[in-house]
Amino acid sequence: MRRGIAATALVAAMALAATACGGDDGGSGGDKKSGGNLSGTVTYWDTSNEAEKGTYKELALGFEKKHPDVKVNYVNVPFGEALAKFKNAAGSGGSGAPDVLRTEVAWTQDLANIGYLAPLDGTPALADQSDYLPKALAGAKFKGKTYAVPQVIDTLGLFYNKKMLGDAGVQPPKDWTELKAAAKKIKEKTGKTGLYLRGDDAYWYLPFIYGEGGDLLDTGAKKVTIDDEPGIKAFAAARDLVTSKAAETDATDGWDNMQNAIKNGDVAMTINGPWAIEDTLAGKAFKDKSNLGVVPVPAGSKGQGAPQGGQNLTVYAGSKNLDASYAFAQYMSSAEVQAKTTEKLSLLPTRTSVYSNKSVAANPNVKFFKAAVDKAVERPWIPEGNSLFQAILVQFPNVLTGKTSPEKAAKSAGDAYRKLLKGDWK
Amino acid sequence: MAVDTSRPLDPAAGAKGARGRGGQLHKDGTPPRGRIRNALARHWYAWAMVAPVVIVIGLIIGYPLGRGLYLSLTDANEANVERTIGINHIPATYKNVGLDNFKAILQDQVFWDRLGWTVTWTVCCVALTFSIGLGLAVLLNRRFAGRTLYRSLLILPWAVPAFVSVFAWRLLYNEKNGILNKVLDGGGIDAVPWLNDPTMAKASVIAVNIWLGVPFMLVALLGGLQSIPGELYEAAEMDGAGPWQRFRHITLPGLRSVSSTVILLSTIWTFNMFPVIFLLTRGGPGDATEILVTYAYRLSFVNSPRDFAGASAWGVLILLILMLFAVVYRRSLRKQGEVW
Repeated sequence: MRRGIAATALVAAMALAATACGGDDGGSGGDKKSGGNLSGTVTYWDTSNEAEKGTYKELALGFEKKHPDVKVNYVNVPFGEALAKFKNAAGSGGSGAPDVLRTEVAWTQDLANIGYLAPLDGTPALADQSDYLPKALAGAKFKGKTYAVPQVIDTLGLFYNKKMLGDAGVQPPKDWTELKAAAKKIKEKTGKTGLYLRGDDAYWYLPFIYGEGGDLLDTGAKKVTIDDEPGIKAFAAARDLVTSKAAETDATDGWDNMQNAIKNGDVAMTINGPWAIEDTLAGKAFKDKSNLGVVPVPAGSKGQGAPQGGQNLTVYAGSKNLDASYAFAQYMSSAEVQAKTTEKLSLLPTRTSVYSNKSVAANPNVKFFKAAVDKAVERPWIPEGNSLFQAILVQFPNVLTGKTSPEKAAKSAGDAYRKLLKGDWK
Repeated sequence: MAVDTSRPLDPAAGAKGARGRGGQLHKDGTPPRGRIRNALARHWYAWAMVAPVVIVIGLIIGYPLGRGLYLSLTDANEANVERTIGINHIPATYKNVGLDNFKAILQDQVFWDRLGWTVTWTVCCVALTFSIGLGLAVLLNRRFAGRTLYRSLLILPWAVPAFVSVFAWRLLYNEKNGILNKVLDGGGIDAVPWLNDPTMAKASVIAVNIWLGVPFMLVALLGGLQSIPGELYEAAEMDGAGPWQRFRHITLPGLRSVSSTVILLSTIWTFNMFPVIFLLTRGGPGDATEILVTYAYRLSFVNSPRDFAGASAWGVLILLILMLFAVVYRRSLRKQGEVW
């Protein structure tokens, strides 16, 4: 009871203080701050890829036009290094850390858990929360607070070369069995490989386990499920594609090799996300842009499933310029900026309102991926979410090339998870 | 040749003489406690000169080492260590767990697998690097036209920063677009999965490390070769010794002091050769080429929250293994009459 009184008193005191503040500023302190009076520098670490970064830089610098006193320091950090770089900078007192970071969805909970992120509830950054897709917003939350503004949402789909499939006389495959059959025909008719399957990235394993009706973890029951039946079947299904020569793979440089293969017309299909559309279209096989087709990721024995991914904008808790950083995060995820990234890069907006925008609604890739995202499987939003990939990555290349059995791979991954997850995980 | 290293050191050697020979009396009859004072009085200038080095080394090596030892006895990770982020100050909440980390590692098959491969990798690399380096050194020790040019060309791998070389090799090894496979393709040979097959990947990383390590061996051994007096060879030739006999009985013993040092150094470097493995394969495919240090790196920098305690414990174990190796190696050399 006494605590209740204390809390009431505290709230009352804060309310008084807030009013007093407002009084000094002429009654519109908060608004004014996020309006025109921002100044200083906002350092923004962008993790977009080579094909995207020009657009992002231009958009980020557009913030300076709205707030002439703010200088935007745009830095492109390679996606693979950004998390480690940010942690190094933020952990050592933060002199080199950016104010705003583009964060892969699975990094959000990790960084929030360590205390590196500023909670955004009630700040201008999250001003119109109701506009965001609920799934996108779910990935920005940790322990009841919101630590990020969703910027882009994505999932995996099957990219295919329409001409090559046409030459082989096959339809885009709907499940892995069809894909195998299609790859065989493609090999016979064109001499090329059907699918490039990335073996050096665990993200590409997820469609297989979801397709078998499984998941890495059951966060509700606090149980590791990767070594259950669906997990084993998933490894087996992926391996079958490679050992039957329907797909090719690599254990290193997978991204470059995959993109080279599809762009040069050496393979007919890849599994990829919206972030690869721009880069893929730059290839010689897609001089005619309509040659690129996208369909849902092929289904497994239990149905179709692809992981939900995306990028968030997070504000560093140690930022010297929090107000400008909040405003910058708000701007970079605003309807206007999202519409532009969709127009130029075919990336998927996280705001419901943007989807009614004419150019966005007309984009075939967006139309497809929006439907896919609605069905995409949410990943476990826990601090260890990103580390879950490590254990799969150790097994995946060897399973694909037939050096490890699916059972052994699933078991090793499960054991690694139990070691990684602290607390009462089973 | 054998030197009796167990003879008492000359007391005039000062501080060095204080090493572990407690009961002995000093020349002037003062008890052992006074020896330090005596040494200080006599060599204060030398002590003053080395003091800055001792302090700097203490700071940049001693402190991290002590901190690592301490962390390895705790359950510290990224989420529970003390940190200040902006205006937030988060206090440390990790606790001492004694030797639990070490127990967990030693009971873990992962450690023994990694140790096995690390030892294989080290032995293969050092043995091959030394043999090739020795071969090249003997070749280059003769007089022939263009000797200087060859010598400088062979030093080249050493002059290029390691990460540049490793990235270059990675491009060469690329299975689909790499030059090595393009050349083999021209000869009608199928693409070799250099870094994609566990066994090939192991051979590939060893090859790169040898390529990087040979220049060092070459330079050191060439220096050693040049210090062997030519008269020995002349005399042996007069006595009718063949080239192999001369190599075995003059060159090898003459090089012993150099080679024992370079083998020790090279072993320690190779055991901890992080860049080659990490930049070439990231420990892959799977964990086929993961050595102890790259695994420790994974614990402390890749997994989240970063496991500081676990990684420190791995670090301490690596240090202990290398120290053990150095002691055993030194002992075995001392038995052969080497002093270093």
